[in-house]
Amino acid sequence: MNASVIIFYILSAFILGAALLAVTTRKIFRSAIFLLFSLIGTAALFFWMGVEFIAAVQIIIYVGGIVVLIIFSIFLTQKSGEEMPKPIRSRSLFSALALLFGFAFIYHLIYKYQFSQPGPHLFEVKVSDIGTQMLSTTEHGFVLPFEVVSILLLASMIGCIVIAMKIKPAEENER
Amino acid sequence: MNEISITHILFVSTALFFIGMYGLFTRRNMITMLMAIEIILNSVNINFVAFNKYLYPGKLDGIFFTIFIITIAAAEAAMAIAIIINLYRSHHSIDVEDAEELKY
Repeated sequence: MNASVIIFYILSAFILGAALLAVTTRKIFRSAIFLLFSLIGTAALFFWMGVEFIAAVQIIIYVGGIVVLIIFSIFLTQKSGEEMPKPIRSRSLFSALALLFGFAFIYHLIYKYQFSQPGPHLFEVKVSDIGTQMLSTTEHGFVLPFEVVSILLLASMIGCIVIAMKIKPAEENER
Repeated sequence: MNEISITHILFVSTALFFIGMYGLFTRRNMITMLMAIEIILNSVNINFVAFNKYLYPGKLDGIFFTIFIITIAAAEAAMAIAIIINLYRSHHSIDVEDAEELKY
């Protein structure tokens, strides 16, 4: 029981607790803040696993981008002080039962499975290696998914602009 | 560092996935459902990094999948929020029960 083990358990309790509060609290703004804490905890877990680059990307994109976007949309569409209506009791009860069963089943499978032992390699993630492999066109390169994701981002950006664009009433009459 | 076995990390990610599913089932507000989806995608990220670290430490494939998932999650969140704002403009509500014209 050394420090790394204790840090892991504290982090996982923090992540799970914040996520549980994020899906059960009835004030929507608090829910967004708990989501923020859960994402920061996940970034800390990535730091703990030794992938600093992914942790930094997680903080920049999730915490700096998505949560801010969600909070903006909460302010645009909701009265954030109000409580949301309670979920129907039978629905929450039965979904909790079903998901507990699913969790027990899947964790049982994971627990019984004999994972193969890793090779002798050391796990170290260098950013230069990630960049080289991301753009290499050889056998294990990831340049094709990289390009596909670029097209996807462009398409979703244009799509967002088109969807959220306000049509003026005069133009609407012309159609 | 390696005293935690992979099953413990998989416990965390599985529990996070089912917490997100619970939120998706019980919430009727579109923004909170979007948050539940973000939690689910996060649990998948933890899974990919853990498998990469514990089973194939010489490779980087799990890292790449995590990067692509984060990118797609960002695109998806932006898209969903554009749709939500547009829906709010026409229906003055973002409850999924109020937007059911396409149902029948």
